[in-house]
Amino acid sequence: MKDVKVLGPGCKRCQTTAEMVQAEADRLGIPITIEKVTDYAAIAGYGIASTPGIVVDGKVVHAGGLPKAEDIGGWLG
Amino acid sequence: MTNACSAPAPRGAPNAHTGLWVGGTVAFVAAWFFVYGLLPGFADAVVAALPLTPGSHAADAVAFFVYDTPKVLMLLTLVVFAMGIVRSFFSPEHTRALLAGRREGIGNVAAASLGIVTPFCSCSAVPLFIGFVSAGVPLGVTFSFLIAAPMVNEVALGLLFALVGWKIALTYLGFGLGVAIVAGWVIGRLHLEGWLQEWVLNVRAGAADLPVATVTVVDRIRAGIDAVKDIVGKVWMWIIVGIAAGAFIHGWAPVDLIAAIMGREAWWSVPAAVIVGIPMYSNAAGIIPVVEALLTKGAALGTVLAFMMSVIALSLPEMIILRKVLTAKLIAVFIAVVGAGILAVGWLFNALFV
Repeated sequence: MKDVKVLGPGCKRCQTTAEMVQAEADRLGIPITIEKVTDYAAIAGYGIASTPGIVVDGKVVHAGGLPKAEDIGGWLG
Repeated sequence: MTNACSAPAPRGAPNAHTGLWVGGTVAFVAAWFFVYGLLPGFADAVVAALPLTPGSHAADAVAFFVYDTPKVLMLLTLVVFAMGIVRSFFSPEHTRALLAGRREGIGNVAAASLGIVTPFCSCSAVPLFIGFVSAGVPLGVTFSFLIAAPMVNEVALGLLFALVGWKIALTYLGFGLGVAIVAGWVIGRLHLEGWLQEWVLNVRAGAADLPVATVTVVDRIRAGIDAVKDIVGKVWMWIIVGIAAGAFIHGWAPVDLIAAIMGREAWWSVPAAVIVGIPMYSNAAGIIPVVEALLTKGAALGTVLAFMMSVIALSLPEMIILRKVLTAKLIAVFIAVVGAGILAVGWLFNALFV
């Protein structure tokens, strides 16, 4: 079970990012849990400067803008 | 502040035909210039076809509207597309790495300049602010970035270029950067770190170590297209409203009145313009067609620039966002310092350019 966190204050882009990650995980058959982190202090703790950010098993893999769909598989794999 | 959120990160298309994309882009730009060249003839034909007396107020207003609307939308599309491509070479994380630990002075200049090209979205202003400060970018340098990023943006520059010419666009660029550099430097000198919200000071995060993403030429072209969809898709209505207001001013506003209120003789009009501009929130798209019309009616350039900078750089929505990280005292200092800078620009301009 991969632990995925989507970092962002709750804008539309953050929502889309979470959906993209879930869709890609479903497609690849990788079980994941997604948690949205919306608290500014918590987001800042991950050391990014733009949102949405993606954290997989505690490691930041993406920051700023929507991710590329084909990158997501690599982060989850 | 343009609420122009940075375009989505480029999506890769592994087996895309690079040649096709580049060829398509070249063809699009060529078509753009062809159509743009046809606009004056098109506008004349439309005005001639309408039952209007040549030289009447209504004919002036309609001619302004019919010519300027497609012209502005086309120029904006091209500028935003180009800027989308330029921005695909930058990211807030990269900018932060360039600025961390910089000395004030050089740091303020670098931050203001990077503020123009770094993708920035008002909705991520707070993460950006904390991300910068907690990673060791000095407070004043962070402010230089935060002042320049919304004030000197491609929508403002593109529209100024389209409507009032490259000289004024370059002047706005230069003075906008100047205000951001000096205001950030002054805030840095005041050593107000203690006036941040307490929780901000407690964030102790280094910079995240992000995997390197490969960005292809096709990705960059797509970033340009995404920027156009995102920004032009959002501001086109404002532009039309702004041009309609401008057309009205063109047709009917009396020259004497505008020259008396906003002319060079009225020294008080610069501070008045700054104060009126603070609560007003329009993006550059709505305000610039009005600015252009006011200029042709005898308003002084410095007064108009001050008004524009105040509307764009000192906006209430941004204050409300920043209130989460800054104390009210620090926001007051921010408004005072930036407002003073804009005031100086307005007066300087009115004094220097006759």
